[in-house]
Order: sequence, then C-alpha cells, then structure tokens
Amino acid sequence: MQPFQFSRTGDLQSAYLAHGAAEATDTAHSRSQYLAGGTTLLDLMKLGVMRPDRVVDINELERTNAGRIEFGGNRLRLGALTRMSTVADHPDVRRDFPVIAQSLQLAASAQIRNMASLGGNVLQRTRCTYFRDTSYSNCNKRNPGSGCAALDGINRPHAVLGTSERCIATYPGDFAQALIALDAHVEVAGSNGAREFPFAKLHRQPGQTPHFETTLAPDELITVFRIARAPFTRRSLFLKVRDRQSFEFALASAAVALDLDGDTVKQVRIALGGVATVPWRAHEAEASLINQRLDETATRRAADLAFADARPREHNAFKVELGKRTLIRALRQAGVMEI
Amino acid sequence: MASSKEGTSKSVWSRRNFLVTSMVSTMSATTLLDQSSANAAPAATPEPHSPHPTIINVNGQPYHLALDIRTTLLDALRDHIGLTGSKKGCDHGQCGACTVMVNDRRVLSCLTLVATLEGRNVITIEGLSQADGTLHPMQQAFIDHDAFQCGYCTPGQIVSAVACVKEGHAATDADIREYMSGNLCRCAAYPNIVDAIKQAKAKMKEA
Repeated sequence: MQPFQFSRTGDLQSAYLAHGAAEATDTAHSRSQYLAGGTTLLDLMKLGVMRPDRVVDINELERTNAGRIEFGGNRLRLGALTRMSTVADHPDVRRDFPVIAQSLQLAASAQIRNMASLGGNVLQRTRCTYFRDTSYSNCNKRNPGSGCAALDGINRPHAVLGTSERCIATYPGDFAQALIALDAHVEVAGSNGAREFPFAKLHRQPGQTPHFETTLAPDELITVFRIARAPFTRRSLFLKVRDRQSFEFALASAAVALDLDGDTVKQVRIALGGVATVPWRAHEAEASLINQRLDETATRRAADLAFADARPREHNAFKVELGKRTLIRALRQAGVMEI
Repeated sequence: MASSKEGTSKSVWSRRNFLVTSMVSTMSATTLLDQSSANAAPAATPEPHSPHPTIINVNGQPYHLALDIRTTLLDALRDHIGLTGSKKGCDHGQCGACTVMVNDRRVLSCLTLVATLEGRNVITIEGLSQADGTLHPMQQAFIDHDAFQCGYCTPGQIVSAVACVKEGHAATDADIREYMSGNLCRCAAYPNIVDAIKQAKAKMKEA
C-alpha cells in the first residue's frame, strides 16, 4: 500500500475541501478517495489496484442526515452512511421493503455488513480477477486502453448483459438491484452543490470507457437513498444463487416486486444481478407480464425476454439459463408470498 | 520505545520505530497526549510519511499510538500493542480470523485503518475473560465442544460468536451458520462450533 495524506471530517463542506475538487479524473481512479467502511477501498489499496494520494475519512458523517434511517409510512430515506447490517435488521424495512432487507442480509458476512456503508456498497468495485490482479496489465478499467484479459480468459463469473468489447466485468453488488427495481432515487452532494436523480442513472455501462463507472463527479458523495412505498413494495424479494450458500457473490440474482390482482399481474419490477455489468433493470420482461396470469408460460416468456440480448463468452454461457431460472423462481416465490 | 499497562517493555513491541504508550508513561507520551486532547478539530496527517497520532481503547485500556498512516487495527494490535490473539489469515476480509469488536460491533481489523478509530473502544479475544482468568462462557463452550482443531481461526470465531449471540442472530442452527459465515475454519470444525454457540448462548442468557 502506498502512503497517503489522511484527514477525518464530520461535515460535508470540509469533506469536499479535503477531497480536492480540482481533479479532472473520474471517481474510479480519483487520486482522492472517501473512506467509509473501507471493505472495498482497503482491500484494493492492499492489492495496489487503488492508489489514492489522499484518503478522507467520512465516517463522522454518520451523525448527520447521512447516518439516519427515516420512514414516515410512505417514503423511506436511507442515509448513505448507515451500515448494511443496521438496515437489514430494521423492522420497517423488513416489513415494507423485504427486497431491500434481503439484498443486504444475503450479502457478504456479518462483519462486513457491520462495516460497509450503503453508499460504499453501491459503489463497490467489480470482483473480476483480471481487475483485482495487477500482474495482468491488460485491464481497461485499471489501465484505460490496455485491453481486456477476461474476454478470452477464465470468464466464468463475468457478465452476459451490458457488456462491451472493452469490458465484461460483472457488477458485484446485491443492494443496488433492490434499489433499481424499486425506482429509488439518490441524493448526492459535492462542491457544486446538492442534486438528486434516479438510482438507475448512477452506474454507467462499460461501452468504450469501462474506467468510468458512475455519473458522479470526483468529489461528489452519495448522502441519501430515497425509496417510495408502492403497491408492489411489500410483495418483493431478493433471490441469490451462488457457488456457496453464504458469504459469496451472486452467480445470478433477481430482485422482484409484484402487485397482484388475484393471480393477475397489475405491476411488476424486475432487476437482475450477477449477470450484468451494471445493476440491471429488465423492462421488457416487466412489460410482458402486465395483465397476465403469473403462470409458467408468462414467467418463462419474461425470463426469455430478460436475457434476449445476452452475449455469453466461453465459460459463462450457463449464466443465461441460470439467470432465467433464478428470475422464474423469484417471480413464483413472490407470487405466493404472505403479505 | 514502548510501554504497556504493566509498565513492562518487550522487544516485540518496539521492533518498529513508532511510539506505543499508555496513560502514565514518559515525557514524549505526555506531549503526545496533550497534543491529541487539545486538538478538537478533525485529525489530519498532511504528510503521508509522518506518524499519525491516535488514541484508542483496547480491552478497557487507553493506548496512545503514533503509527504509519497505513497501519491497520490488526497490525496495530499484533505488532505495536502486543496483543497477538487476533490472527492474520487472508488480510483481505475473506476469512474472519482478525475479527474484533469496535464499539460493540464485530468488524474485521484487517480492513480497518487504526487512524479511523480515534476514541473508539476495541475488544479483542484477550478482553473476553475476567480479570481472575475465568473464561467467557463462549471460550469455555469452545473447549467443551472441541470446536477447533488447529486453533488459528478460533479467536476470530469466538469474538464473532459472542457478537452473533448478542445481536440475536443465534436463534436456530441455520441462523448460526448464516451469521457465522464470515469466519472460515479450514479444519471444518463447523458442527462443533454451532454446538458451542448454542451452549454459550444459554449460559450468556443466565448471566
């Protein structure tokens, strides 16, 4: 790990100041990094993948708005400095937004969930082996323009949706799928002021520039996630399929939310994880289910649509069928949930 | 230079050129204390190479540290404070051998910079037993159920298990397995660990 300047701050203004807004680089390779739980940053600094000159400890922001959970009955506000475990165990979240609680509870380990902040969680970096191992020089995320070792490497854990010829790294998180499924909004703040936008606009597909992972300005911080209660938020769940039963990243996951009239679908929200380069919303699959009975035929058709544009590589073709079956099972389970 | 709460000095504690001092110690330690307590503003290390002053409480004892900014809590405990119970397995947050409690929450000391812990309370495996040497019910349960083989993961398992029970995540065997999944045991003592946690849970309730 290379040495760095360190500062600790308890308010947003001094956080941007310490971060140093003048940098022209993107968040992923910024020379300044905000530090919350540290479960991604410290890991990648030890590996030499991230090498910030400046680290700004923002954990004291827990005492501000960014550290609170508020639920007034219709709108859930999750401060970005709240920890995964706190939100996963929160009774309001468990009752009214089960997909959120489950996505957090099924992620990582108890220790990591105690450390990791929600804001850091959605910004966690890919687990692509070739990104994490600096002995591979060809990684377009780490060394823009250097190529992608995963394209023809061991690409079993890699993405089949949202890929490009420059990068096929999977977005590793779970919580982000719950947020994108429920049409969450993010509030961010930086030296240019505060703004808010749909969570779906936070992550960028790799395209020609895989090193740009988000739409955040270098010194911008996520402060709050906002989720509105809707007819489908209670009948929601997160299903995660992985190589081992716990403490493992998803091979395929589905975040689904349903509003049913009898067994007919009024509204549905579908997000897929473990299979895409960004948190993935399956709009066509959703549209195909509206006013349909939630039966074998309809769910299979939705799953086929969700993966219609899948581009598997040598070792990850299994993810197409696994992803479909994961979605079908998630929809079926949500359909029979007691709410 | 280093000193412990007993006022003794061991070579292992001074193998780096950093300060580790307790409350009552030398002049330089006092100076360090004054600087730290007078400075209420956010701590900053403007120069990457200058030692960063941090005061943390470990097992109820304050430690005044001045360490390289890169130092993790795990390395501070093992190399500078002299508490080697917490183990370094993977050093990347994947094995749980370094698990300690910070302000009553179990965390991974290998992914925690000690500089972020100003004023926090750390409990390690060494802090679980009573002053007279009586073991914590979880420690005794691990012995009673033979819940280890090589023992390397055991300190992390025990600290994690105590937290698991206190969090209320030890209601069923399945819960215990799920909420202990961050602690790997390559000897695969898992069934015995689950049994130990169930025994200790009952004892902890009585106490």
